[in-house]
Amino acid sequence: MSRYRNVTILVAILFVQVLGLAVQVKRRSGADESTRIIRLWTVSAVTPLEKALVWCQNGLGSIWNNYVYLRGVRQENRELKFEIERLRLEQVRLSDDAQQARRLQALLSFKETYIAKTVAAQVIGSSGSEQSRSVYIDKGTSAGVDKDMAVITADGLVGRVLRAYGSSAQVLLINDQSSGVGVILDKSRLQGVIKGTASGEVVLEKVMTDEQVTPGERIVTSGGDLIFPKGVTVGTVMKVTPGADLFLNIRVKPSANLSRLEEVLVITKKEDRAPAVAETNSVRAVDILTQRLPSVPDKPPAAVSQPPAPVTPAPTPKVLIALPKPRSEAGVNNSAASSAAATAMKPATGHKPAAADKPASEQPAKLAAGKPAGRVASKPVVAAPGSSAVPSKPGPSQPGTAEDKPH
Amino acid sequence: MPITYTSQEQVEVYRFSAPAAILIPLVALFLQAFLPLRLHFFSLFDLPLLVVIFFAVARRSQVSGLVTGSLIGLLQDSLTHQPIGIYGIANTVVGFGASSLGAKLDVENVGARFLVTLFFYAVHEVVYFTVARGLVKLTLQWSWGHEIGGALINAATAAVLFTLLDRFKQRA
Repeated sequence: MSRYRNVTILVAILFVQVLGLAVQVKRRSGADESTRIIRLWTVSAVTPLEKALVWCQNGLGSIWNNYVYLRGVRQENRELKFEIERLRLEQVRLSDDAQQARRLQALLSFKETYIAKTVAAQVIGSSGSEQSRSVYIDKGTSAGVDKDMAVITADGLVGRVLRAYGSSAQVLLINDQSSGVGVILDKSRLQGVIKGTASGEVVLEKVMTDEQVTPGERIVTSGGDLIFPKGVTVGTVMKVTPGADLFLNIRVKPSANLSRLEEVLVITKKEDRAPAVAETNSVRAVDILTQRLPSVPDKPPAAVSQPPAPVTPAPTPKVLIALPKPRSEAGVNNSAASSAAATAMKPATGHKPAAADKPASEQPAKLAAGKPAGRVASKPVVAAPGSSAVPSKPGPSQPGTAEDKPH
Repeated sequence: MPITYTSQEQVEVYRFSAPAAILIPLVALFLQAFLPLRLHFFSLFDLPLLVVIFFAVARRSQVSGLVTGSLIGLLQDSLTHQPIGIYGIANTVVGFGASSLGAKLDVENVGARFLVTLFFYAVHEVVYFTVARGLVKLTLQWSWGHEIGGALINAATAAVLFTLLDRFKQRA
């Protein structure tokens, strides 16, 4: 009997494991609970080390990026300031469109799911297996993360929370073959299901062969699966080939880089609500342009009765706005600049210029195109009370003198 | 040829201290879970499998080999989202086989270790795919190129790794 002892033990252990597998496969829904303790032990043993290493890596990276590697930062800063200004002008145009859309949605009693709250998390580990495309994040139930919450990055959809532990959670990526996401094609509005393949690719399924799908078309979540909120970018169509059955074979390039995930956002709260139609204090293009113009800083009320104060340097602006190009280079839009100057004076004079009354969308197209407007440098421009706009270079009539005060 | 048949008396049996026996598999699991995030090609490696082969061959005890393989496999399973037991079964078979081979053959040199790992990597993949497809009904794609590449890379790694792990061996 002792001759077969080792083989008997082997068979017994294999039998127990096969039995355990069979139970898990049979009770697919309850399998998670039956194996939770083993998973919890392993995750608890591995994730603290992963967290510590990620923390050290971030610390070293931060030292390098913030103190050592600063080459080209000034140039980058300049470029970013110009980019911010361009985007702010773009935002004005888009917010006008969005308001119009909200009004129309309200008319139709339309309700949409909004992302109400997110939790930022760091990716600390993977499953370590090519057959299981999942990652671990450093936030768990203690941070409000729970099962079946959507996980995104700024680029697009990443996956959903499969299991949540105390201080970590397992996220199933969209390129895993057991994953499934309800999606819609952005232009053609065709609906389908995004799934992963065994080789880690992402494919769009359930689109009939007689439909027209073009490579490059954007794919967003449809919200039909009640896990992912509607409208999150998933990826773009890469290749379309006719399938063997009634459906097309559509390969998708995910927007988020799933093989190099570092930080993600977990959507912990979604809300269904009708779009608000109340007038919002939207910023107009002229307001943005106003901030570029030279102005006089606020004076204390006591200064009126006192003798003129000595000239002092202008305070630091609260909002960083890039300086426009010189007038000779920029396509000067004098009418817009004049309107902006007039708007800046509005609170002091009580006069409301007609051009400033127009909504942002009616402003000259040059504004939306991001072309910097010129200044009206010959006229002194007075900042409205509370305005943060200040001159970058003092003009001929310096602030702080008595004749510059608005009457 | 590096592999030589050795009589039972000539084969040296090793044991490991408790910290080494616990920490080496845990570190292997940790690296397997952590490194593919930073180095994507690392997903080709299977460090827990290499540790199973190393322990099994060094201890030369079938029971010890299969228990080690089973435990490491179950831990590996618990990091994935799939049912627990697929890696467990594959590593149990490898642990048993490697310890049986270690008891018969001298596999202490680099060439022998390369060939043994190459062979047991193939055994592991065959058992894994059989269980995953046959029992769990997972849709896995078998790619010869991928498997051969994985076997060669893991065998080469084993040749280096086992030399490092030899430092933890203690004569029984």
